[in-house]
Amino acid sequence: MNKKNIIQWFTFGIFRALSYLVVLILFFILGFIIYNGIGVISWEFLTGFPEDGMTKGGILPAIVGTLCLMAGSMIFAFPVGVMSGIYINEYAGNNWAVKFIRIMTNNLSGIPSIVFGLFGMSLFVNTLGFGDSILAGSLTLGLLVLPLVIRTTEEAMKAIPDSFRTGSLALGATRLQTIWRVILPMAFPNIITGLILSVGRVSGETAPILFTVAAYFLPKLPASIFDQVMALPYHLYVISTSGTDIEASRSMAYGTALVLISIVLLINILANSLRKYFGNKVKTN
Amino acid sequence: MDEKKIKLEAKNVNFYYDDFHALKGINMQIEQNSVVAFIGPSGCGKSTFLRLFNRMNDLIDGTHLTGECLLDGRDIYDKRVHVDELRKNVGMVFQKPNPFPKTIFENVAYGLRVNGVKDEKYIKQRVEESLQSAALWEEVKDKLKKSAFELSGGQQQRLCIARAMAISPSVLLMDEPASALDPISTAKIEELIHELKKDYTIVIVTHNMQQAARVSDKTGFFLLGELIEYDQTKKIFLNPEKESTQNYITGRFG
Repeated sequence: MNKKNIIQWFTFGIFRALSYLVVLILFFILGFIIYNGIGVISWEFLTGFPEDGMTKGGILPAIVGTLCLMAGSMIFAFPVGVMSGIYINEYAGNNWAVKFIRIMTNNLSGIPSIVFGLFGMSLFVNTLGFGDSILAGSLTLGLLVLPLVIRTTEEAMKAIPDSFRTGSLALGATRLQTIWRVILPMAFPNIITGLILSVGRVSGETAPILFTVAAYFLPKLPASIFDQVMALPYHLYVISTSGTDIEASRSMAYGTALVLISIVLLINILANSLRKYFGNKVKTN
Repeated sequence: MDEKKIKLEAKNVNFYYDDFHALKGINMQIEQNSVVAFIGPSGCGKSTFLRLFNRMNDLIDGTHLTGECLLDGRDIYDKRVHVDELRKNVGMVFQKPNPFPKTIFENVAYGLRVNGVKDEKYIKQRVEESLQSAALWEEVKDKLKKSAFELSGGQQQRLCIARAMAISPSVLLMDEPASALDPISTAKIEELIHELKKDYTIVIVTHNMQQAARVSDKTGFFLLGELIEYDQTKKIFLNPEKESTQNYITGRFG
């Protein structure tokens, strides 16, 4: 081996080691949580209500609360984000207004999530009078992931070659028809992926729900979108830092973390299989 | 030869990309049911000029047009003209085959559907007719439900021609339709152009001199945004007026 080959071997060796380091860290975290949390996972834990100052019982209200917030935020963020993404990429052209929207979207994604929480409290909870509720929490979380949805939509549509657009327009289709019948179906798998990744983000956020929806202890399931709910990340925070007996609820905390991680993992697997499914459909249709 | 109807006409057309003067004072008349070829080196403006006739240049920001482009004597850049109606009447085939990720059938049916045709029986009939005129029917009639991406490049290009014809345009613009194809597919496309002449006015941009000579009735030679010479194809290739035309067709530059 001559000198430049040795340098290459050495350099890529470092790159490789660092790549595996990332995997290692992830496995370490996962292993740690699973090791400590698997013991409390049981049917009762998943379907029961917290008992004895949250040191015993289950976390069903928090699971249901998180699922409600995931669904609610997507109902808001999906249409708004996808439509904005389509507008910016397909229709608006490349003028100062679009550049402005794009910069503002990026700025929006840079705002700390606690600021979203405060904004949500001031606007949705107080000004609009939704109170601490699923509605207020979902809207706040929706705002938080809006930039992500917009950008994924934009990227997904940008990845479609212009030849499909010109081909459609040259047949007398309008721009809307072109987007609806040709571009969106092709971009859909990637949009879906981005969307599901934002759902994962939503499920783990704590700060935005702190002042807008999350309940410290609420051992019942929500009946309407104006109800408060418990949520997994906040519940985790509560029983690890400000519960009635932190030592006693330690294993409950690991169990909660494990459930939260599992939900995110399941969502990511779902995202991948959906993308594959729709990807194949686009190809053969 | 009896006098033919003028299908397309350009009157003192100037076209700009921002500050770049891409087409300089072009005048041209294209007769109905004829095939006209545009030749010239890359960047001479021939494709830009072609795209004026179905207003594809409208899609590019910062472009500017002066002069008139007429279709059947009417200005296609008039405010009252709906651009989607115009494009229905002036079909286009692109350099690279660009079928949609849909079935073969739906590719051809697309133009009909976006133009509001709902009658499935009529759509089916038009799809078959168009595929037949594009000389593709025999090859695909048993796999209409298959993805268009399963076809070869040459078949895809003929599918795109069928797709353009399905909405019954009167003009077909072809922007180097065979440049991405192998010689056999190219021969098929050229054969097709001969056939289509009966029903359509065809304008074809090509880099292939032999192709221009084979398929066209008239040829226009473009250079640096100007129409240098426009005449019967035979005349252009055998006895051109201008020296630069002579130089180009004999391969001395470009």
